[in-house]
Amino acid sequence: MEVMYMVRSGRYTRLNVYLLILSVLQLNLHTVEGVWPLPQAFTSSTERYPLNPQAFYFGYGRQSAAQQGCSVLDSAFRRYFSLIFPDYTDVGVDALSNLLPVCVLDNLSVSAGQASLKAETVWGALRGLETFSQLVYQNDFGSYFINKTEIEDFPRFQFRGILLDTSRHYLPVQAILKTLDAMAYSKFNVFHWHIVDDPSFPYQSSSFPDLSSKGAFHPMTHIYTQSDVRRVISHARLWGIRVLPEFDSPGHTTSWGKGQPGLLTPCYNGGTPSGTFGPVNPALPSTYQFMARLFKEVSSVFPDSYIHLGGDEVDFSCWKSNPDVRAFMQKMGFGSDFTKLEAFYMENIVNITSALNKTSIVWQDVFDYHERIPKDTVLHIWKGIPAKYQEELSRITKAGMRVLLAAPWYINHISYGQDWRNYYTVQPQNFSGTEEQKKLVIGGEVCMWGEYVDATNLSPRLWPRASAAAERLWSDEKQTSNVDKAFPRLQDFRCKLLRRGIQAEPLYVGHCKHEYQGV
Amino acid sequence: MSTTLKFTALLLALSLCRGLRHDYIDNYIDNYIDEVTEEEAELVAQPSKYGSLWPLPQKVQLSEVSFKLTSSSFRIVDAKDSTAGPSCSLLQDAYRRYYEYMFGIAKRQQLNKGRRTGPSELTELQVWITSPDSECDSYPSLTSDESYELSVNQPYAVLKAPKVWGALHGLETFSQLVYEDEYGAKSINSTTISDFPRFAHRGILLDSSRHFLPIKVILANLETMAMNKINVFHWHIVDDQSFPYLSRTFPQLSQQGAYHPYTHVYTPADVKMVIEFARLRGIRVIPEFDTPGHTQSWGKGQPDLLTPCYSGSKPSGTFGPVNPILNTTYDFMSQFFKEISAVFPDAYVHLGGDEVDFTCWKSNPDIQKFMDQQGFGQDYSKLESFYIQKLLDIVTTTEKGYTIWQEVFDNGVKLKPDTLIHVWKGNQQQYQNEMANVTSSGYRTLLSTPWYLNRISYGQDWQGHYKADPQDFKGTEAQKKLVIGGEACLWGEYVDATNLTPRLWPRASAVAERLWSAKDVTDINDAFSRLSVHRCRMVDRGIPAEPLFSSYCPHEYKGI
Repeated sequence: MEVMYMVRSGRYTRLNVYLLILSVLQLNLHTVEGVWPLPQAFTSSTERYPLNPQAFYFGYGRQSAAQQGCSVLDSAFRRYFSLIFPDYTDVGVDALSNLLPVCVLDNLSVSAGQASLKAETVWGALRGLETFSQLVYQNDFGSYFINKTEIEDFPRFQFRGILLDTSRHYLPVQAILKTLDAMAYSKFNVFHWHIVDDPSFPYQSSSFPDLSSKGAFHPMTHIYTQSDVRRVISHARLWGIRVLPEFDSPGHTTSWGKGQPGLLTPCYNGGTPSGTFGPVNPALPSTYQFMARLFKEVSSVFPDSYIHLGGDEVDFSCWKSNPDVRAFMQKMGFGSDFTKLEAFYMENIVNITSALNKTSIVWQDVFDYHERIPKDTVLHIWKGIPAKYQEELSRITKAGMRVLLAAPWYINHISYGQDWRNYYTVQPQNFSGTEEQKKLVIGGEVCMWGEYVDATNLSPRLWPRASAAAERLWSDEKQTSNVDKAFPRLQDFRCKLLRRGIQAEPLYVGHCKHEYQGV
Repeated sequence: MSTTLKFTALLLALSLCRGLRHDYIDNYIDNYIDEVTEEEAELVAQPSKYGSLWPLPQKVQLSEVSFKLTSSSFRIVDAKDSTAGPSCSLLQDAYRRYYEYMFGIAKRQQLNKGRRTGPSELTELQVWITSPDSECDSYPSLTSDESYELSVNQPYAVLKAPKVWGALHGLETFSQLVYEDEYGAKSINSTTISDFPRFAHRGILLDSSRHFLPIKVILANLETMAMNKINVFHWHIVDDQSFPYLSRTFPQLSQQGAYHPYTHVYTPADVKMVIEFARLRGIRVIPEFDTPGHTQSWGKGQPDLLTPCYSGSKPSGTFGPVNPILNTTYDFMSQFFKEISAVFPDAYVHLGGDEVDFTCWKSNPDIQKFMDQQGFGQDYSKLESFYIQKLLDIVTTTEKGYTIWQEVFDNGVKLKPDTLIHVWKGNQQQYQNEMANVTSSGYRTLLSTPWYLNRISYGQDWQGHYKADPQDFKGTEAQKKLVIGGEACLWGEYVDATNLTPRLWPRASAVAERLWSAKDVTDINDAFSRLSVHRCRMVDRGIPAEPLFSSYCPHEYKGI
């Protein structure tokens, strides 16, 4: 499918008394390398064309499979018009209604008169629109320009995600939507919604409303209603972003127990229950009935064909203390190996979601303890220093399983200085293994765990640090191996984020033409 | 709010005993993380008996008796015998501000005259300025009396303070006593408080040179400083990177030296606005014009001010610190500081004097000649002293006191006895030695070393800031008294309008309590509990103060 832009030279109304000054200022030539993440193939010249916001419009190519009425692109045109011409937001709607059939060029190609964008799917077109928008710049008089450019682009990895944790702190829907916008600017395509965990259960389930009415921080103000969730999903879709929900069990479920009595394992102190609870109780049939119903609901609410089942950090001490669990272990012949009990539980859960036609993603712990999970399950690596996660990449891919890498991108871990450099220099395929094994790395994820993060500091903590990982996951590794070369381009990109209203923090001293205007 | 407190405490306890999941950085520092986790795990927050008071007043007596407050009948008024009447706009503005904090702007209603007030209702806070000069129209100073006494009882609450400065703090305290009961009704318990600051100088440094800070951000942070009883805004206004101060005398300085001559400058009107906004909140504005180092941006608009560096026998085209051998330098400084002393009303100006790099001076043949003439030999610290002494003489003629960074003292520059020495270097032992040295020489001092808040790390670093005490060093009682306070510094390399506020708050609140409350207020659990609610109060007032740990606020930040 193809999309085209008209880049009309239009009337050049600025040619008046400023002409002399203009020529001086233009000695400072704009270098067109300002695209983040870096496209795969890129040629541009210093030949530039003015864009007249009064005349510029997006149109569908004549032979495009998508035409007006395609919701994803119709709304993308609208958004990108405002992003490209921040001073002309009102004109946008008019310009958009003026759609013309045009001829087709390969990929993104900007030349005099018009530019064209060719993509297999609307999702590619969205990425191309983003790239196009980053190519447009303003001179000191506010006129818009774009240089003659040819770009061919595609992502290095299919899965480029950001995890937000809405359990340790509740994130208002507005904060999530804003993050989705910024994700699209960095070409991220998966929102991993770590929606519930020990501290709170903000997801309002239609099958089990008590889960949030008892398990959320507040049953009315700190929840995600079904319509909130739909809003997030549809907003994400329009930006070409998948929403991957995580309902982590059997550990990390303290908040579930409040609204679902009998779900968690009662811990014992000697011969009597201590009043505290451990992981989900894997010994009761009622547990699996509950999970089947919950996941049935979740599968229909979240359209993505993947679901994240967690499975990390299960603490066995409570299971060990409970006589009923021990009796169950005996009956099943697990001896005293509680990893077998965990395996038993996870297999049941994976089978439940498989039956719902969902592919599972689980944290690496599940692989570490047992291997009886479907071959198409994706393992999510989150632990350890490079040497450790490289070993794990090697081991899991050797078993033929697909992996996602998150370990080097725990972006909630802050430190003084330019830590984005560490995120940038990660090499996700640098581990011992065959070419086939390398291909099993489907991508990576930036994780923003919520212990110290809520709506007050999420945006500046996430951006532009996550953008460093975004380039690693999108661009060619050889072309982007020099972190110092990336620095000015990333600085430039962060100013673009500011211009678009994203509260992206500075990389180092300096300024942006348009500083952030909030508090 | 009492129920909120219980909930918060429960949840916190719960999250904390589960520890930090998903929190590996790598195996090397697992142990470190475990340590942090354990340390934090001790913080099982019980609601504090002091509710959400922050910083904790010196003397608090609370009772179980509670009164209701309604937005329709509650008023803050001048007491009959107060020396500050309706003409004191500083107080009138503060009354409105605190009314709005307590009841919200939308809920402001006409006084309902027909309505009878209930038996357990509190309808009035009387503010009584007791000394003949209320200082309503003055600027706060290092010696301002900031004490106040607050008595919440029927038929009305009384806030007594010698000066308006104490009244401002008392209003903040009063607003912190108000909470919502289970039904959302505003309540306050019968309380008696007598309060005064432990240290007179409780500051925050913001750096508007490494990144320009829009006025709006500065004002919002002044507002937040007042909520934390911080009383000094140390404005590190210019530095190497940019010169955003628009000087009337030398407009070229910002014209050439700012990031942008129009959008990234502070005009005289901006500066005036900041000073007045601060004054209305009892905050002093101390500008810093750091020389002779940290002056790269000055050179752009003031040719010949900086020392030309040499490469071999030729000028390299780069410049070093201020050129200390030219008369024109001192003419410039005289005029410049004359302007500064007129623009900034505070009795103190910060002259910097830190981190002077001698390599450029060494490379310059004219400077070498001058060193010979003066008999300084190769000791460039003598040249630095020469410069600083001339500068101090200049500033003395403007009748300002001055603060300087510790190096000036370390280098043995002759100082006036009332000079303030600002300690910023070293580890704990080093800065404690420095405090001992400075005070044994009879100088007053300010501490910042443990409070470089721009240095971030993972976890609850506020605890470290909270534990540092500026009087913990070897010295006599007389020496301890020379410690006039401290400052939290938020240097600007990695900070601008996008992240300043959440990075500063509530971490700076920890410093605020250390500098205000009694020395023995050190219970970290109690602090955690009060600070958690205090941070939610800041959020409720529209300040994006970041969270201390997993938990929630009844009203989350909405300004996204």
